[in-house]
Amino acid sequence: MTDTHMSNVAHSAPRRKTRIHWRLLGDHLILSAGALLMLLPVLLTLFTATHDNLFIHKEGVQFWFGDQGRANFSRAMFEKGGFTQNVDGVKMLMNSLILGIGFAVGKIVISMMAAYAIVYFRFRFGLVAFWIIFTTLLLPLEVRILPSYEVVQSLGLVNSYTGLILPLVASATGTFYFRQFFRSVPEELLEAARIDGAGPFKFFVDILFPLSRTMVAAIFIIMFVYGWNQYLWPTLMTTDESLFTLVRGVKQIMQVWVGSSYIPDYGVAMALAIIAMLPPVAIVIFFQNWFVKGLTESDK
Amino acid sequence: MKRVQFSRPLFPYLLLIPQLSIILVFFYWPAAEAIRSSFYLEDPFGFGSTFVGLDNYRDVVTGSEYAKIARFTLLFTALVAFFSLSIALLLAVKADTVLKGAKSYRILLMWVYAIAPPVAGLMGILLFDQRLGPITHLAALFGWDLKLGVDYFDTAAAMVICSVWIQIPINFIFFLAGLQSVPRSVREAALIDNPNGLSRFFSVTFPLLAPTAFFLLIINITYALFDTFGIIDLLQKGEPGNNPMTLVYKVFIDGFRGNDLGGSSAQSVILMILVAGLTVFQFRYMERRVHYN
Repeated sequence: MTDTHMSNVAHSAPRRKTRIHWRLLGDHLILSAGALLMLLPVLLTLFTATHDNLFIHKEGVQFWFGDQGRANFSRAMFEKGGFTQNVDGVKMLMNSLILGIGFAVGKIVISMMAAYAIVYFRFRFGLVAFWIIFTTLLLPLEVRILPSYEVVQSLGLVNSYTGLILPLVASATGTFYFRQFFRSVPEELLEAARIDGAGPFKFFVDILFPLSRTMVAAIFIIMFVYGWNQYLWPTLMTTDESLFTLVRGVKQIMQVWVGSSYIPDYGVAMALAIIAMLPPVAIVIFFQNWFVKGLTESDK
Repeated sequence: MKRVQFSRPLFPYLLLIPQLSIILVFFYWPAAEAIRSSFYLEDPFGFGSTFVGLDNYRDVVTGSEYAKIARFTLLFTALVAFFSLSIALLLAVKADTVLKGAKSYRILLMWVYAIAPPVAGLMGILLFDQRLGPITHLAALFGWDLKLGVDYFDTAAAMVICSVWIQIPINFIFFLAGLQSVPRSVREAALIDNPNGLSRFFSVTFPLLAPTAFFLLIINITYALFDTFGIIDLLQKGEPGNNPMTLVYKVFIDGFRGNDLGGSSAQSVILMILVAGLTVFQFRYMERRVHYN
């Protein structure tokens, strides 16, 4: 825990130096405790996922790896389960990917178009369109869940990817982000482009989109995680098991677990929990700089 | 809006069509439907509906259960916001101070952001399990016989703990960004004026963080009200009967389990007004903040 920078600053006062050292140690202790608090629940889940069910049932949550890891994870991925016996981890993983990517791409395309129209065009109902879109920020899907379900049902979209993804796209968060970003783009660019004779399409493709690349990447990550982690809407929208996402599957696991009169399948349940969190966690860790930038800059 | 703009007669409308049509079908239509059906009593077997005025609202608000759930929601929201904000603030201040390992700490403290609330709930079921859970064993050492899903208080405690855990990262990210945007000159001046860390924090750092903290407070209230659905649903282990729930969860239970369309819609409308108020408040404040800068 020695810190050269700090000790250089304070080298003339040895008493102060030790005090700074103690304080620094305290800071690291608090941060390590915080990191452990975040890590421990997931670690225990992972450890427990690598043991035999009977063993877990007798001994409780485990604090180190066991030898059933490969068996439990491959059962979680490849063993057909559910009532219809035709859904496995791979299928749910695919559905989660479709939901996450479909949601993120749909949202980005739609909201970029709308934000472009609102920021860069002068037209009659511009302000009206703006308010129609931004009023949706007021009400999350959870509040209007029952009528939303009925609307989707009356359109015959229950148990379809369209019904799963489109209603989630109906909010203005993405449009709001892009509007903020477009407004921060210097005016001179548009003036220059117009002098050069570029039309709206060319301006967007050649100038605005390349400038927005980082922003698009950041929003993609945020939206992918958001879509992947959706729970309530997929739970209502998919009764057909072949459309289950991993996060939706979690409810099924709980029901089987709680309702079982035998020893529940702890190992596979915990393995599925790990699989369900792996892709979004990996993306957030891997693209942390974009992700943090997108999160903290777009919400201003 | 820009000073220089394109003026084309048709193009902007074409750009707006996808967003507007999705919003109209999946936002305005359901919202209008919620308001309409909150004034009607639906026959449970689908034989039409009768206009009942404000009866649904009266039934909802005067129901003894609703008051209890509203109280729980309030307490739950306050606890989740308080603990996740203060723990995150402490960690962000420390992560901003240390030089060594700052990057590792940042990632170690934010990755949990990516975990879905119901997945956290499932881990909660395991860790709070009456027989298997280490947290239950720990509580037993203090003479607390923790019964998740059976005891009202214990289940509520588990819900708060899981919800706080998963909310710490986002608060941490915003607090850290807020701290790092404080100019170096301001920090150095503060360090010379006031070498005592704690009093420096309250006289200089915290006031500068106030806009971030306020913004996060709204974010956390919305989170506790809506996004904790998955945690609550999991930790009740399929038996909502005796267990704590939030107002949003009750909208779902009454609408889908109780088949009470009118009552559920009336609750939706009450929540809509609540959230709309919260958002308008936030926007007005944020506009003011932009003016200052």
